[in-house]
Amino acid sequence: MSTDTEYDVEKGDQVHPGKPVTVDRYTGAARINHWITATSLVLLALSGLSMFHPRLFFLSALFGGGQWTRFIHPWIGVVLFFSFLGLFLRFWRANLWRREDGAWLARARDVVTAHDERLPEVGRYNAGQKLVFWSMSILIIVLITTGIIIWDQYFAAYTTIEQKRWALLVHSIAAILAISVWIVHVYAAIWVKGTIRGMVRGSVTGGWAWRYHRKWLRELVARPPAGPTEDQKKTAAE
Amino acid sequence: MFPPVPNPTTGPQTSKFGEKDLIRRSASTITPPAERQTEVAKLIDVSKCIGCKACQAACIEWNDTHPELESNTGIYENPHDLTPDMFTLMRFTEWENPETNNLEWLIRKDGCMHCEDPGCLKACPAPGAIVQYSNGIVDFVHENCIGCGYCIKGCPFNIPRISKVDHTAYKCTLCSDRIAVGQGPACAKACPTQAIVYGTKDEMKKHAEGRIADLKSRGFEKAGLYDPPGVGGTHVMYVLHHADQPEIYAGLPNNPRISPVVEAWKGVTKYAGLAVMGVAAVTGFLHYMVNGPNRVSEEDEEAAERLTGDRSS
Repeated sequence: MSTDTEYDVEKGDQVHPGKPVTVDRYTGAARINHWITATSLVLLALSGLSMFHPRLFFLSALFGGGQWTRFIHPWIGVVLFFSFLGLFLRFWRANLWRREDGAWLARARDVVTAHDERLPEVGRYNAGQKLVFWSMSILIIVLITTGIIIWDQYFAAYTTIEQKRWALLVHSIAAILAISVWIVHVYAAIWVKGTIRGMVRGSVTGGWAWRYHRKWLRELVARPPAGPTEDQKKTAAE
Repeated sequence: MFPPVPNPTTGPQTSKFGEKDLIRRSASTITPPAERQTEVAKLIDVSKCIGCKACQAACIEWNDTHPELESNTGIYENPHDLTPDMFTLMRFTEWENPETNNLEWLIRKDGCMHCEDPGCLKACPAPGAIVQYSNGIVDFVHENCIGCGYCIKGCPFNIPRISKVDHTAYKCTLCSDRIAVGQGPACAKACPTQAIVYGTKDEMKKHAEGRIADLKSRGFEKAGLYDPPGVGGTHVMYVLHHADQPEIYAGLPNNPRISPVVEAWKGVTKYAGLAVMGVAAVTGFLHYMVNGPNRVSEEDEEAAERLTGDRSS
């Protein structure tokens, strides 16, 4: 991030001209951070659901039975919390609400019908992604707080039973919402082709950036060119 | 005097109730037996209790538990609270009766009430970890227990305790293993004053009536039976000399019921939650079926090439 106006550009974001243009979107560290978070979230959902509804109790077998599920779930929660904290610190600036986000949301119909050409140009994240980001941030804070209250093995003595009852209810509701937000997040990544590549290989095509995050692409292109990276040297050599 | 349960024969006996007599099983749907066994109950007459703790000793002995040696915390309770190794506890309260200005020493034997509508069972997520037999006994099945402590949140009486040793929940079993072979609970057997008696629920209610009439004749006008309807009645009942204010007996709840928070969590949240997640997933699937993928077009790629080309030129 070289200046304040370039709030949207993360360290490592880089355009590589060519045919097709490729754009570095996520560094290796960011991707590892993301996939640790993703894995723990999936494991938490599976173990949590097994304790949430009797019909889903069979999921506890994945963790070695009920006792293991009860033991491991909160620890995975701790991993998720710190892992997500890493993502939060990386991406919170790029997720700040901007003027164009309201306009983008107002055209929700065009969003779901894939009329991206009718949408206002957006930066590194669109309003939908920002909503996923902020709702997950809030839900994870709620989940870790209520989760510690009901983590009886270590924290039983610090709250009353009535407080624990409320914590259980809030924890379940927050978890349902978090899983629903996760479904939206995963679906959007599957639906918008070329997105998953960004989180797996770290780069997206120029066309993808142009279509979905044009403001971000313009910002990257307008940036004074940095010294060649290792990747670029390789490309040049080819 | 209520006739005590006679001593058993020494010959082998078959169990009087078992799996086939379950009317509730945690986190499972079961078909209850067509015929319900006679409901049993333990009646604790607080006015007859002398606080000797013989019931606690008998409970420890029968259940072979080993409560930790604790230090005196300035009260008569010993141990200081119910623990995974102490299923029953005499709770002592010094209460000054505002009407008579007399100091009354209230002693209540605390422990599982064996609710007809058990909150612990309702909250339990592990299939078969908590069961209720048709005779009214609510029992914990330790090999199915996962140690989550949800039963503690479900219980309106603050009874279950999680063991730090095997991470499962413990509470009074009403000596289900003794009752199954025709014996009475160990505590009732040991009680020297018949403050604890055991029999069918109807017998216990009738016996309580006599006790209450006696207490009333001695000036305890508000004497009565504690068999709270909020939890469908209990299979451990108290005769209280001040039945109008049960809370003076070391916080015995006045109108216990399963907490509405627990009801909401185990009721509407459970179903609405699955529905919300299901709708989200199905909506995504349908959206894909109708709209297909959102793809980057050739023009998009070309536009990006023009844009980056401008920079390099």
